[in-house]
Amino acid sequence: MAITLSGDHAIPSPPLSARLTTPQVWGIVLLAPYLLVFLAFVVYPVGYGLWLARHPASYVALWHDPIFARAAVNTLIFLLVGINLKMAIALFLSGFFAQQRTWIKWLSVLFILPWAVPSIPTILSVRFMFNPEWGVVNQLIFKFTGEDGPNWLNDPTVALSMAIGVHIWKSLPFWTLILMTGRLAISHDLYEAAEVDGASWSQKFRYITWPSMQTLYITCTLLSMIWTLGDFNSVYLLTGGGPADLTHVLATLGIRYLRLDQLSLAMASIVCALPFVLPLVYFMMKRLSR
Amino acid sequence: MKLPTLREVGTETKLLLIGIPVFIWTMVPIYHMFLFAISPKEDAFSGKLWPTHPTLNNFNIVFHQQHYFLRDFWIQFLNSVVIALSAGTLTLMIATAAAFSISRLRVPGGRWVMNLALFTYFIPAAFLAVPMYRTMGNYGLLNNHWSLILAMVTIASPYAIWVLKQASDKLPVELDEAATMDGATTLQLFRLVYVPLMMPSLVAIGTYAILLAWNEYLYAFLLLSKDTEITLPVALGNFLAADDSPWELLMTTGFIYALPPAAIYYAFKRYMVGGLTAGAVKS
Repeated sequence: MAITLSGDHAIPSPPLSARLTTPQVWGIVLLAPYLLVFLAFVVYPVGYGLWLARHPASYVALWHDPIFARAAVNTLIFLLVGINLKMAIALFLSGFFAQQRTWIKWLSVLFILPWAVPSIPTILSVRFMFNPEWGVVNQLIFKFTGEDGPNWLNDPTVALSMAIGVHIWKSLPFWTLILMTGRLAISHDLYEAAEVDGASWSQKFRYITWPSMQTLYITCTLLSMIWTLGDFNSVYLLTGGGPADLTHVLATLGIRYLRLDQLSLAMASIVCALPFVLPLVYFMMKRLSR
Repeated sequence: MKLPTLREVGTETKLLLIGIPVFIWTMVPIYHMFLFAISPKEDAFSGKLWPTHPTLNNFNIVFHQQHYFLRDFWIQFLNSVVIALSAGTLTLMIATAAAFSISRLRVPGGRWVMNLALFTYFIPAAFLAVPMYRTMGNYGLLNNHWSLILAMVTIASPYAIWVLKQASDKLPVELDEAATMDGATTLQLFRLVYVPLMMPSLVAIGTYAILLAWNEYLYAFLLLSKDTEITLPVALGNFLAADDSPWELLMTTGFIYALPPAAIYYAFKRYMVGGLTAGAVKS
């Protein structure tokens, strides 16, 4: 029953199978299910989508839709402010959680919760907290000041900031964990030597921590950008794109057009994001497939 | 007893000044959800930080489906379970076979498939949702559980293949050579050598795929619409559409829905944190 690995033993007749060994045939068979999924649910939809977005008229319509311009600006704000803020906090907290303390270990177990539980109940919970009439935040404001609190989600700027806050709340634990792994990999001797030399906290960060973590930090920031572009939940579940469609981002805008049965606009709005997404994807693939 | 020095007290205070805000920031939305779940309706909206009469009655109402919005709670719960388990199992099967093929059998073009998978991993999920919705319509799968299962498999398997391939590459080649010398066929090699050695990674990936499918909202809400076909998150989202939603019941249902992933996460934490963080970013 021995099956040999060498090619000369295989069935001679058709030229292709002569060049393939039995394990290679098995290799193709075992790879086939994924290839089928890829063809049916990635290649075909993406190709079909691009075909739907082929008319220049869609892009003209998008350009004239003020909601699109607003969504594009919101997406940029989300990326520039949200991600940099999140990554800076994650970098800071990774130092905090790297401390050897029992209570910090326990806190880190709880700190993971936002990432571990699904978004919908927690984001809805935030939404109810800020309900202008009966939300706990305005109840407390009324109790202490005797005045009604603001209608938080009714102001587009406030609502977008809160959506960014929700996004940070949800994904901060993950990035903190990754950056902490990076921090723990830095040799402890370096810090001890620096301490002997009397280096301050900021000097240690500037000359030891940051240079060792710079690459990881940048990779994480870029990866986070790609994923944030696809973050539908933070905006949709908190504001639903409102008030007056002023807090949409590209991820929710595509779905909005889809719901309005304007499929070519939905696809065109996504195609507009591709010039930003593809370089990021290319860079990440380069880094990860090394 | 050794008294702490002034410096130690100072450090501890600084750490607490970070730790306390972090604790509050993390827990407030989750605590708020829990508070609603154990509050009777009149207490839930009073702005109190602990209900005067904590009760489990909300859970009772949800479990017995005693509200118009909750008529189909158990079937929706079951839909979530079936879809998550099916997506997890299918992802695991497809990804393990692919990783074995690429990493151990060195199939021609394997590297190329790996790159395609990585590319898919980086497509933002909300962007793929629009064309995927139409495609599922073309396939006639809308409002069918298979549409969501297959969508989840599509999204989960690239990452799964990538992580499993990284883990496979670490297994020594000598193992395969020895097994082949002993007369093992390729399938025996897969079943008797490869799968047992890969167990920890397989557990991590299976858990990842199950959680991904359980937590999914966007695809579920696009692809399924009938009350008896939808999953729990879609049912929760539908509460929002009504003017007179029973928020305390919504939060109770949300709490029940959030428990399994939290429990699974803590049960498999050892496997997940290692496997997933190592996979997410290679520094």
